[in-house]
Amino acid sequence: MQKPGKKKLIQFYEKMVTIRRVEEKLMEVFSNGEIPGFIHACIGQEATPVAVCSHLKDTDYVSATHRGHGHALAKGINLRLFMAELFGKKNGFCRGRSGSMHLADRNLGILGANGIVAGGIPIATGTAFASQYKKTGQVTVCFFGEGASDEGTFHESLNIASLRKLPIVYVCENNGWAQFTPQAIRLPVNNVADRAAGYNISGVVMPNDFFKIYEEAGKAVERARKGKGPTLLEVKSTRWYGHFVGDAQKYRSQKDITAARSEDCIRNLENKLIEGKILQKQDVERIDKRIHEEIEEAINFARESPFPDDSELMKDLYA
Amino acid sequence: MKEIRYIWAINEALKEEMERDEDVVLIGEDVGIPGGAFGASRGLYDRFGPERVIDTPISEAGIMGLAAGAAACGLRPIVEIMFMDFMTICMDGIVNQIAKMRYMFGSQYTVPIVIRTPAGGGLNAGPQHSQSLEAWFAHVPGLKVVMPGTPYDVKGLLKSAIRDDNPVIVVENKTLHALKGPIPEQEYLVPIGKADIKKQGTDVTVVATSRMVHEALKAADILGQENINIEVIDLLSISPWDKETVLNSVAKTHRLVIAHEAVKSFGVGAEISAVVAEEIMEELDAAIMRVGAPFVPIPFSLEKAYLPNADDVIKAVKRTLERTF
Repeated sequence: MQKPGKKKLIQFYEKMVTIRRVEEKLMEVFSNGEIPGFIHACIGQEATPVAVCSHLKDTDYVSATHRGHGHALAKGINLRLFMAELFGKKNGFCRGRSGSMHLADRNLGILGANGIVAGGIPIATGTAFASQYKKTGQVTVCFFGEGASDEGTFHESLNIASLRKLPIVYVCENNGWAQFTPQAIRLPVNNVADRAAGYNISGVVMPNDFFKIYEEAGKAVERARKGKGPTLLEVKSTRWYGHFVGDAQKYRSQKDITAARSEDCIRNLENKLIEGKILQKQDVERIDKRIHEEIEEAINFARESPFPDDSELMKDLYA
Repeated sequence: MKEIRYIWAINEALKEEMERDEDVVLIGEDVGIPGGAFGASRGLYDRFGPERVIDTPISEAGIMGLAAGAAACGLRPIVEIMFMDFMTICMDGIVNQIAKMRYMFGSQYTVPIVIRTPAGGGLNAGPQHSQSLEAWFAHVPGLKVVMPGTPYDVKGLLKSAIRDDNPVIVVENKTLHALKGPIPEQEYLVPIGKADIKKQGTDVTVVATSRMVHEALKAADILGQENINIEVIDLLSISPWDKETVLNSVAKTHRLVIAHEAVKSFGVGAEISAVVAEEIMEELDAAIMRVGAPFVPIPFSLEKAYLPNADDVIKAVKRTLERTF
C-alpha cells in the first residue's frame, strides 16, 4: 500500500481537528440549550473514522453509531448541512427528522447513525450484500462500539458476511465503555477482534494510532474490494467524556478519565507531522483558526436556517 | 381460469416477479434447496440460482437488517419468516429500522421489502408456532400489512407487495396453504388497501380477515337458511385498510361484526369498530360485535376450543340483530 503524501497527511490531520472542534462546539451549543435531545461526542476517537474513510470512495457505504458525527464528517459530509440537521432544520440532510442520532447522507453512502446499539451492523451487511449482488465494486465500512458486539446481530451479521465473502470491513471502536458499564463487566475476552476466529475471518487489534489504523484499514478495504471477504478491525480507543453530553460520569473513576484524556490521537499525529517537518507550529495554529471559522460559519448557517413547517409532519411516510 | 392451491399461487407470484425484475431476491431459512418450510419457493433455487434464492443461517434479526440495507441500495428483497411467531425475533429490524428509514432520513432512502410469513393456528403447532400478530405491525407507521385468504388474492397481493416501494408484510394463514381456488391464466394484480366484498348482503356487515373470511362465508350459508342475509367483506389489507368500503357497507346494513383469528383484545377489530363508531355512529342500529381468539396463548391440545369459527360468527351476527337500539 502506498504511504500517504504530505498533502494527504495534512488533510487527514485537518479532518481529525475538524471532528474534535465540531464536537467541542456541539457540547457548547447543546449545553446552552440550542440543540435539544441527545448528543454523543466522539472526542478521543477521531483517528479511526478519518484513517478508515481515507481509503473509501464517495460511492462506498458507511454505517455509523449513535456516536456518529466523526463517521459522517470523515466520509465528507457537508458541514453546514450537517449542522442544519443537528439543529433540526428543514434544510438538513434528513429535513430535520433525524437530528444527531440518525444522521444520513445518501449521496455519500452514509447509511445513517443509528439509535439502536448494533442496529447498523446487519444493515451494513445488507449494503455489502447488494454491492456484491450488483457487482458494483463498492465497499461497506461498518463502525460500531465494543458494546455492540454484545448484541446478537453482531454475531449473525459476521457469520453471514463470512459465509458469503461480503465486501465489508467491520470496525470496532473499543472505547472501553458501553454507556455506563466498563468492558470488564461485559466481555469475557480481552479483544473483540478475537471473536473473528469464530467466523473464520481475520481479526486485527490496534492502538488508537492514526498510522496503524490507516495501514490495517487499507489492507481490509482492499481485501473487501477484491472480493476476499470481510475483516474485523478493533481500535483500542478512548472516550474522553461521558456517554452523552451532560453525563456526570459518577460511575467512572477520575483515574480512568485522566488516563483516557492523556491519550490524544490528534496530538500524537500532530507531533509526528511536526517531527517529520510536514507541519510547523504556526501551521497548527493557522489550521485551527481556519477550522474554528468554518465551524462558526456552519453554526450560524444552522441557527439562521428555518425549522420545518408543522405541515411537514405527515408528509412522505410512504413512497 | 385454472384451479391452483394457495401455496402454488405464492410460488407463481414469486417466480413471475423474479423473472420480471432481477433486483428481486428471496432470502430466508430453507428457502433455497429445500424450497421453503411450506414449499412456497419450490423450484426457484434451480430456476434463479443461489445468488437470488438465498438460504440463510437461523438468524432472523440478522437477515431482516440485511434486507433493510440491501433494499436501501436498490434491491427488492423478499424475506420469508417461517412462522409469524419468529417475527418477534427481528422486531428491531422491522420496527426501528425498516419502518422508519424512509421517514427518518427525510425520504433519502426507500426500502422496498416484502416479508412473507405464515401465521395462525390449526396445525396443533402450539403456543410459539400459531400466533396471528398482524395488529402489532399495523400499529407501526411506515409498514403495510396484508392478509390474503384465497389463492387469487395471495398471488395478486404478493405481486403488488413486491412492486411496492414500501415495506409490506404478507401474512398467510398456514391452514389456507392447501386451499384450492381459481386464478386467471393471464397476469393480474390485487391492489393493496382495497377490501373485497366476497358476498353481498343487506342485514349485517361482517368484516373478516384471512381464514375467518371462509368461516364468515360458511356462516353466511347457514344464516341464509334462516333468512338472515349478511354481507362478507374480506378486508385483505390491514394497513392501510379500506375504510370506504367498510363504512359504505355499514351505512347500508346498519350492523357490524368484525371477525379475525388473532386475540380479540387490542386487535384489528377494535380499530375498525372504533373508527366506525367515531365516524358513522348514527348509522348503527345495534352494538358492534367482535369475533376473535380468547386472551390466552394457543394451547397444543385445546386448539378447537381456542380458534374462532363460523359458529362464533353466527352467534355474533345474531347478537347484533338482538341488540337493536
